[in-house]
Order: sequence, then C-alpha cells, then structure tokens
Amino acid sequence: MSHSDELIRLSAAELAGRLGRGEVSSVEATQAHLDRIAAVDGAVHAFLHVNAEGALRAAAEVDRARAAGESLGELAGVPIAIKDVLVTEGMPSTSGSKILEGWIPPYDATPVRKVREAGLVPLGKTNMDEFAMGSSTEHSAYGPTHNPWDLDRIPGGSGGGSAASVAAFEAPLALGSDTGGSIRQPAHVTGTVGVKPTYGAVSRYGSIALASSLDQIGPVTRTVLDAALLQDVIAGHDPHDSTSIAEPWPSMAEAVRRADVQGLRIGVVKELDTDGFQTGVRQRFHESLELLERNGAEIVEVEAPNFEHAIAAYYLILPAEASSNLAKFDSVRFGLRVTPQGGGTVEQVMAASREAGFGPEVKRRIILGTYALSAGYYDAYYGSAQKVRTLVQRDFDQAFAKVDVLATPTAPTTAFKLGEKLDDPLAMYLNDIATIPANLAGVPGISLPAGLAPEDGLPVGIQFLAPARQDARLYNVGGALERLLEAEWGGPLLAKAPDLSTHELTATEEGAL
Amino acid sequence: MPEISAEQVAHLANLARIALTEEEIAHLTTELGQIMQAVEQVNQVATPDVPPTSHPIPMQNVFRADVVTDDVLSPEQALSGAPERDGDRFVVSAILGEEQ
Repeated sequence: MSHSDELIRLSAAELAGRLGRGEVSSVEATQAHLDRIAAVDGAVHAFLHVNAEGALRAAAEVDRARAAGESLGELAGVPIAIKDVLVTEGMPSTSGSKILEGWIPPYDATPVRKVREAGLVPLGKTNMDEFAMGSSTEHSAYGPTHNPWDLDRIPGGSGGGSAASVAAFEAPLALGSDTGGSIRQPAHVTGTVGVKPTYGAVSRYGSIALASSLDQIGPVTRTVLDAALLQDVIAGHDPHDSTSIAEPWPSMAEAVRRADVQGLRIGVVKELDTDGFQTGVRQRFHESLELLERNGAEIVEVEAPNFEHAIAAYYLILPAEASSNLAKFDSVRFGLRVTPQGGGTVEQVMAASREAGFGPEVKRRIILGTYALSAGYYDAYYGSAQKVRTLVQRDFDQAFAKVDVLATPTAPTTAFKLGEKLDDPLAMYLNDIATIPANLAGVPGISLPAGLAPEDGLPVGIQFLAPARQDARLYNVGGALERLLEAEWGGPLLAKAPDLSTHELTATEEGAL
Repeated sequence: MPEISAEQVAHLANLARIALTEEEIAHLTTELGQIMQAVEQVNQVATPDVPPTSHPIPMQNVFRADVVTDDVLSPEQALSGAPERDGDRFVVSAILGEEQ
C-alpha cells in the first residue's frame, strides 16, 4: 500500500491526529484525496464539481497556520465533500437540477462557513437527486452516482454522492441533508455512517430548501466518532435560521469516547420489524441487538401504531412545502431563463423555464403539492397529514417514556439495481418507511453499518432514534455498537468493499465510462 | 375521493407555472391518481380531536431588531446570478400580454 493509499483510508480523527503531530501536511492529505477522485470518480460519479485548486489553497493555508503555531480546530486540514444542496461561494451549487446549472452563489451556507472556519478543506460538491427528491440519486439531472460496493447498484438518495464519496475513500467526511432519510438510507446501502441531528440542531441557512419543516443538515462519514466530530463543528444556533435551536449542545465526540450501553434501554419498533424487510437486513439487525444485550443493554419491544401512516403524511407534507419553496425558481433572480419562441410575458417565460429546467420527479411533486394545497382539498390532505404528524409524535413520546433509544433496520432492502424502481414512484417512496417518522417528529437518527446481508453480500445498516435534543444518546449507542462489531469483524466493514481500481478498469474496457 | 382529470392537472400546472406538454399531463394524470389513492389513508386517523402539527419543535415567533446588519448581500452580489440585469435592477419580461 502506497503512502497516498494509506492516507485516504484513515478516519478523519486518525488523519487529524497525524496532521496535528506534523506527520503529514494538509496539502499531502488533500492531494491524496484529489488523486483518488481522479482515479475512481469516473466510475462512481460521486462528485458534480471538484475544486482542486481551491482545496489545495485552503490546505496550504492550514499548513501555514499550523507552522506559525496558530490555534486550530480538531479537524483542521482534513478534506470534506459537500452535498450540492448547500450553497458555496466560489463553487457551483445546483441541488442536482438543470435549472441551477453553473450558478455560483454569492454566499456560503452556515454549515459550509463553519467547516471552513474550523479549517476543513472543501474538495467539491456531491451528486444528489434533483432538489433532494429521491432515494437513489437517479433523479439527478447530471446522471446517477454508482454504489462503490457494486457499480450497477444505487448508492441511496438523495445524498448518494456524499455517501459514495466517503465509501469510495474519495473523502473522509461529507455533509448531507436529510428530509425523509437522505443521509441515513444512503449510509445503510453504502456501509457508512450517517446522522440526521435533531431538527434545528444545525442551521438550514443556505441549504436549498426542499421541505422546510423536515430538512436537516448532518454528517456523512465512515466512523461514528468522525460523525460526532463533524456534528460538533456544524451544530449551534444561527441568527440566520429562526428555526435553529438556541440552547448549547454537549460534545458528541465525548459521547462516543465514553460510549457504554450498560443499562441502556433499547426499544425495538414492532411495526418496523416485519416480513416487509429483507431477510439479511433483519438478521443483521437482530444480531446487533443481541450483541448489545450481551454487553449490558436491555432490549424491549415497543409499539408505534401510527408509523404506518407516516409515508402517506410525508408524501402530502413534503410536496406541499416543496411546491411553495420551489416557487423561487422564477427565471428572474438566478437560474435558467427560457423565452418561448416569439417572446412572452413574465408568466410564460417562467412556465417555459420551469418546464425546461425541472426533471420529472420535481414536476410530479410540485403538481402533487399544488393539488394538496388547493382550496377544497387542503383540509382533507395537508390538514390531515399534519394531524398524522401529531400522532407520530405521540407514538415517539409514549415509546421514549419506556426506553432511552429506539432501534429499527434503516431501510427495507440492501442496494437495488440502478433503474429497477425508476418508473414506479410508489415503490421508490417505500425505501424511506423506517427513516421518515424521525423527520415528521423532528427527532435525531443515526444509521451505522451492521454487516453484510448473507444473501447478496451487500451492506446493511441499523438505525437508532432518540428524543429531540438527545443526539448524544445516538452517539453513545452507535459508538458502542461500532466498537463491538469491529472487534467481531476484525476491522471496519468497508475493508471488505471491492477494490475500485479494478472496477474502473473493467468499466473502461466495456466502454461504460 | 375525486378522480383526477387531465384538465385538473393542466390547471395545476398553470397554477404552478410549468408549461407541461400534453404527454406529461397524460402521464401525470395517471400517476397522481395512484399516488393520491395511496396517501388518502391519512383521512382514516386524522379525526377532529387530533390537533395538527406544522413544526416539529415547538417554537414561539422569533424576532430581531429591525436594523440592517453588515452581513447583507451587496447589489452586485444579489445580481450576480441574474439571467438579465439593467444596472442595479433585475430585468423581467412584459407583465401584460397583448390580449390583456
């Protein structure tokens, strides 16, 4: 293994340690990741934009500051990939849509500003379903991302690019956004870690809004400790986001370092432990629970009878909010403008621009949302969905009165084939059955690797959920389980992932690139 | 539950300002019907005694002093992504058509 190969396989915490001790420079670490991107991203397509020059410049600045003895953050000098839903000064921000092709925003989203201020080195922008609408990245206007475990399969979505970038060792860390599972479901199918913090824990300022009452920015990483370190950097109140929580947060990294499940009460959600989940997904889920039980946790079954209505409520609330949020794409202030032949009024220009700039899933959800909000249907649809939201919250309240955290499989199946569900929106929506309740209730959730499904050898994740503001509980149970599982496996799950350089060669030979 | 017609989808597209093609309208009419059928179950449990939730974390209105801070965009920054501009202004197409 070359020096560069070794650098890209380090966790962010390990790399930060070497940077701090002066064993490696940020320029070397950044260059190693840029080289990896150049070698494998033709096959993976995790990135929509790579900012090599800017990254090396930022890395050199961190090296200079370190040499000068300036005080630096724990992750200073570590590279990071940024989901294209977050606006970035100096880098195009498209949210996976043609309507924003080439747009360079005049400001940084707050989480981006915070990672820059902490000395992290942005490598570029990652692929996603258009405006985060999807569970496979196949709805990206720029083509799908491929799962590093099997390039014919989906990397999950909407944040498939961020998850694939860390799974393929193109970046040790990435930022994601989770509206109904877009951080956690990609983590599940790529053998990585993803956390949706409590709603309002991380500022949404500069995150191109999908559904404002559901969206939350969070970490995408290979280890639980790395996720904790990144959440510690991006969390906190922001006057630019009036829904961000004003109270201070405890250190999530501390929760991982002190992880102990002795006496922890873990509730298994009965409604999400059924035959509807793939055999290997359930098997690894139950093995993880048994492992936790052997190490002092108490496992109990809890009921959440209203979770079965969560998807239905979600697919009314999300389109309703999205149809309103996406009204900003009016062809006047930014983005695409298409003028019909022979000219037209501002309304005709707007309609032609949106017809040309939006993909099929975005149009589907805008029309659905417009319908759900129309006079005469509002109470029956949007109003009823908001009531279901109350019922889902009550299910969580009752469950958390009995247990400290809840556990579910993260998603029903392992990664499916690209194209398999593209023509069946309802089948696609079912991917998020276990992740959506957390968004409706605003509670935090983590997905971490639980093993490989015996029937197909593909990664499986386990999800933990905690009460709002109790994100540290997720890092405690996640950190403990990761340590126990890695002791059994003899190393991280991603060590079992196929060597991508071989895959790339095959793909090139087949003319697939 | 009312059936969704192609005329209704065309009307929604007009409200949403998307110039859908006839083919897209036909396709969406079928899909929308299927999706609405799948989601109308929310009516079964949304009884009158259940209050609606619009926001996951209860919050009061958030206010700040009505003063311009130093972190607002400059006109140049605000106009940097405009498809068309005239000095410090955005250029829009005609508001009224000939028939209006």
